[in-house]
Amino acid sequence: MKHLVTLLRAFFSDTWQIAKRNLIRYRRSPRLLFFSTVQPIMFVLLFAYVFGGAINVPGMSYIDYLIPAIIVQTVLFGAGNTAIGIAEDLKKGVIDRFRSLPMSNAAVLAGRTFADSLRNVFVMAIMIGVGYAVGFRIQTSVGEALLAVVFALLFGFAVMWVMALIGLAVKESETAQMASFVFMFPLTFASSAFVPIETMPSALKWFAEHSPVTYEIDVLRGLFVTGNYMDSIWWALVWIVGILIVFFPLSVRMFRKLS
Amino acid sequence: MIDVQNVKKAFNEVNAIDGVSLHVPKGQVKALLGPNGAGKTTLVRIMTTLLRPDEGSVEIAGFNALKEQEELRTKIGLAGQYAAVDENLTGYENLYMFSRLYHLPRKEAEARAANLLEEFHLQEAADRPAKTYSGGMRRRLDLAASLIAEPPVIFLDEPTTGLDPAARRDLWDIIRSLVDKGTTILLTTQYLEEADQLADSIAVLNKGKIIAEGTADELKAASGGNVLEVTLKNEADVESARSILSKIGGQGLQEDREQLHFTVPIEGNANSLVEVVRSFDASGIGIVDIQLRRPTLDDVFLALTGSSAESLAEEQVPTGKTMGKKSQH
Repeated sequence: MKHLVTLLRAFFSDTWQIAKRNLIRYRRSPRLLFFSTVQPIMFVLLFAYVFGGAINVPGMSYIDYLIPAIIVQTVLFGAGNTAIGIAEDLKKGVIDRFRSLPMSNAAVLAGRTFADSLRNVFVMAIMIGVGYAVGFRIQTSVGEALLAVVFALLFGFAVMWVMALIGLAVKESETAQMASFVFMFPLTFASSAFVPIETMPSALKWFAEHSPVTYEIDVLRGLFVTGNYMDSIWWALVWIVGILIVFFPLSVRMFRKLS
Repeated sequence: MIDVQNVKKAFNEVNAIDGVSLHVPKGQVKALLGPNGAGKTTLVRIMTTLLRPDEGSVEIAGFNALKEQEELRTKIGLAGQYAAVDENLTGYENLYMFSRLYHLPRKEAEARAANLLEEFHLQEAADRPAKTYSGGMRRRLDLAASLIAEPPVIFLDEPTTGLDPAARRDLWDIIRSLVDKGTTILLTTQYLEEADQLADSIAVLNKGKIIAEGTADELKAASGGNVLEVTLKNEADVESARSILSKIGGQGLQEDREQLHFTVPIEGNANSLVEVVRSFDASGIGIVDIQLRRPTLDDVFLALTGSSAESLAEEQVPTGKTMGKKSQH
């Protein structure tokens, strides 16, 4: 029992040290943080003004429909940075040094995903701000809105573990970037993100209906706007937990077996 | 302190390490000498638990590298080409972070980081990101990070590759001071001179095998002591020059007909040089240039394998490093 406590304390302490190092990196290269926010802002403005007039969604304004989707898209795409960062660390030899230390193996990955989740908090705050400027309004309670933010963070966190595995597997930051895009583009667009699912052909519709991205977006729309989220909240949670159960151990195992 | 028995490791069915045994007693410095791709880094990665060997046993400071990795890692420090510091952190932040990852308490970590910065003459750069450091400073920071836990065994993978001579001498001094404290050191290098300067004994690694082991003097003796190089004035003298050189010199005469250039290992010292000059003079052979020099890694290799280190490096097997990138800062 005492052994377990020591192990856990070491894990959390190691994770914090690694997270801190990754956060310092964002602070030292503000350009990195700037461009990771510019992209979602661009998406908000483009979709709102380019498609906003053409696409009609029943029951709400397009901007209210759009912002929750762009938040989910942003945490999804942002997770690609986890793969890139890990591949870069591998290449530069920092990971070799970590592996030669008597520290927790899982902490190297956990520190990265934790730091990237904190970055997501920052990016989301900015996006909601920009959303408000172009007409987005939260129409539910503060508690529900906060829960929406928590869901987005958890979903991003879960996907980061998939990305960690990709980063460890491809070991090249350019390849990691390509690989994460191949994975994320179809997931984002074959979902309820930008157009109602009902308009899609049947096979695609089936995929989109069961996609984790659709569930997360529907939950966020419910928690931010309509107040109607009970249909999707459990599936959204199941997806998050499921991804973590599969990919956390896979990534840690891959890290241990690096050579 | 370091005990490696018959270790083998293959990548894609090519033997990168092909049955290596090494033994380094406590407080000694062993140099692992070999050309690029000989398997030096792979071997270091195996000894530091970063890579599992296919066969054989590795014991460092009494701990088995295959079964007691956690314990072993508290006893070693690793520095060099591939184990890097974090470029975005300052010198101080790097040392503090690594101290905390060695699980030193906060206060102790702060003190340790400050001490190491002072010891390695990095105080002035303490608050600058490591990416602004010169090659020499970076290696010093790297070495400092590997010494945080005051490990009894240290692995230095090509600690001075890519450094200018001043920075190299600087690093040698630091390594010598570690030796004085009784640390056991295994260092890999491509330079015979470096091995000569620092090591108690040298193991020559080639294509994943140790092909010779001994002190620097023993290895040089194996390559025939010194090396004589002569460049002739006239092509007509090539035949007679060759017969004189092969009489006075040892095995392994090399000639470059176009450049009229001969290289030959020579047992003796300056006397042999005088003897060659006299014989050439007596036969009326004109000389453009003649010199007697100490053997390089290439000469040792030539004597041991019959082909030069450079040509060996070109046909090398893949190494065990994670990535292809080689940092030459």
